Amino acid sequence: MNALHQIDTSKRRLLKDRIFYWLVIAMAGLTISPIVLIISKLIAKGYKQISFEFIIRNTPDTYEAMTAISNNELIPGGIANGITGTLLMVVLAAIIAIPVGIITGIYLYENQGKRLANLTRNISDIIQGVPSIVLGLIAYLWIVKNVTNGYSALAGSVSLSIMMLPMIIRSTEETLKMIPQTLKEAGLALGVPYYKVILKILVPTGFSGLLTGILLAISRVMGETAPLMLTALGSSVINLNISEPTSAIPLLIWEFYNDPNMVDLIWSSSLLLMGIVLLLNIVSKQIAAKRK
Amino acid sequence: MNSDKITRIVLYSFSFLIILVAGGMVFSLVGGAIPAIKTFGLQFIWSNVWDPTEGSENYGALPFIAGTLITSFVALILCLPLSLATSLFLGEYFRNTRIARIIGLMVDLLAGIPSIVYGLWGFYVLRPFLIDMGFENQGFGVFTSSLILAIMIIPYATSLGNEIISMVPNDLKEAAYSMGATRMEVISTVILPTARSGIFAGYILAFGRALGETMAVTMLIGNSNRVPDSFFGTGNTMASVIANQFGEADGLKLSSLIVIGLLLFLITGIVNGIGKLIIKKMG
Repeated sequence: MNALHQIDTSKRRLLKDRIFYWLVIAMAGLTISPIVLIISKLIAKGYKQISFEFIIRNTPDTYEAMTAISNNELIPGGIANGITGTLLMVVLAAIIAIPVGIITGIYLYENQGKRLANLTRNISDIIQGVPSIVLGLIAYLWIVKNVTNGYSALAGSVSLSIMMLPMIIRSTEETLKMIPQTLKEAGLALGVPYYKVILKILVPTGFSGLLTGILLAISRVMGETAPLMLTALGSSVINLNISEPTSAIPLLIWEFYNDPNMVDLIWSSSLLLMGIVLLLNIVSKQIAAKRK
Repeated sequence: MNSDKITRIVLYSFSFLIILVAGGMVFSLVGGAIPAIKTFGLQFIWSNVWDPTEGSENYGALPFIAGTLITSFVALILCLPLSLATSLFLGEYFRNTRIARIIGLMVDLLAGIPSIVYGLWGFYVLRPFLIDMGFENQGFGVFTSSLILAIMIIPYATSLGNEIISMVPNDLKEAAYSMGATRMEVISTVILPTARSGIFAGYILAFGRALGETMAVTMLIGNSNRVPDSFFGTGNTMASVIANQFGEADGLKLSSLIVIGLLLFLITGIVNGIGKLIIKKMG
């Protein structure tokens, strides 16, 4: 009787174990399903509109869009103003954030355990946690109010660059930590000046790691909408003047979403944005994987 | 002065710049917040009036603080089972396999999707789906926003947990196996208790993410300036009210929005601080 009972419980335990195993697999499958669903939705609804036209022409106005819809045609025009705006602001943000981020990362690496370094690292972590919309408010107060006296690409770039900074600082420090100390010591032992050790040994050796961090940071800020609403505002034409309001792809998606006539354009714009963001993501992951 | 000294000074000053930037952020937010704080005082935090009528302007942050905390908390609860299962999938069951690498990459890509794309998907796919399922009438509100937030924070909750779970020492697990434990029993009696604080820290950081999410929530929560009256009711969050009302704001209203931004800054700072503290304690 007792033995029979034991067989029974061990069977039940094994069954439970099996059920749990399949539950974990099912839940993990459910977790990644949104990415498949989102991408397939974007492709299914957006591919029709994507063309060369779409990349080189500015956004149409509501009236043009309405006429096209009533004639059952594709909405004319494209998002050239958004593409150029995104490029302008992201490049400018990168120009601000990359040197500051890398140099600070080097400082943190070189001063492990020191008080100022710990403080800087903690502050960088705090900045990383600040919601992007708050960074938008800050860039508004700094740049829109005081520097460009109006909404501007510069303000947008500043908000994006603050977002990029902590990511670059962290990836730089982590990358440098993985470089063998002996390499650096060899340089110093040969009497190479400190700045040359940094520029000729640390940076080149860790280059792919630094690049991964930078690309990931760029891919993160490229899709940001909220801070740009408070800083760059938007523009219906191509603008390359950093002190003027500028459009961006995410800003255009927001405008299309709010304009019933333009709604058809949201999918193609989102598809393009997602394509660029995911490409950057995957490229940076590939570089990181090769390093290992 | 020799070049080594100059190099050190350059490194030092850039690090100082970061501290300056952070200080400047707080300084500007507080500066912008002063007019509203002077007018409404501390009452701003628990007042639930949002009245922009000129002459009798009166603002309070309670509906938005409530909206932010409720949506983020519900999102966290919804994301718990999913991210725990994914962490186990990646860190235990299929550790170091090809399938884990692919699934891991897809989870990472979830973090790469822009907030506004999540919002569109939530609006055009998830919302109609919830209406069809009979959950909601209009599909806007706390529940829909929380659901989309849950998906958005999964990568943050998963990545830390997965790492910690895969670091649980093998001899602990083998000891349990040798006693005849099944895999599920090893997970529930050895792995989860060992990895507990790491998994918990991951959830706190994910919660911190949810607090500040703007666009997706703005598109789905219904944007009504009141404390949500039910699980399916509409509301507004701190981030979404800033996004919604900023365009037409000046004077006292702008200052009130900046106070909300400052409060959001503080709340996310505290939540992230707690998460980092737990991670630090683990060593």
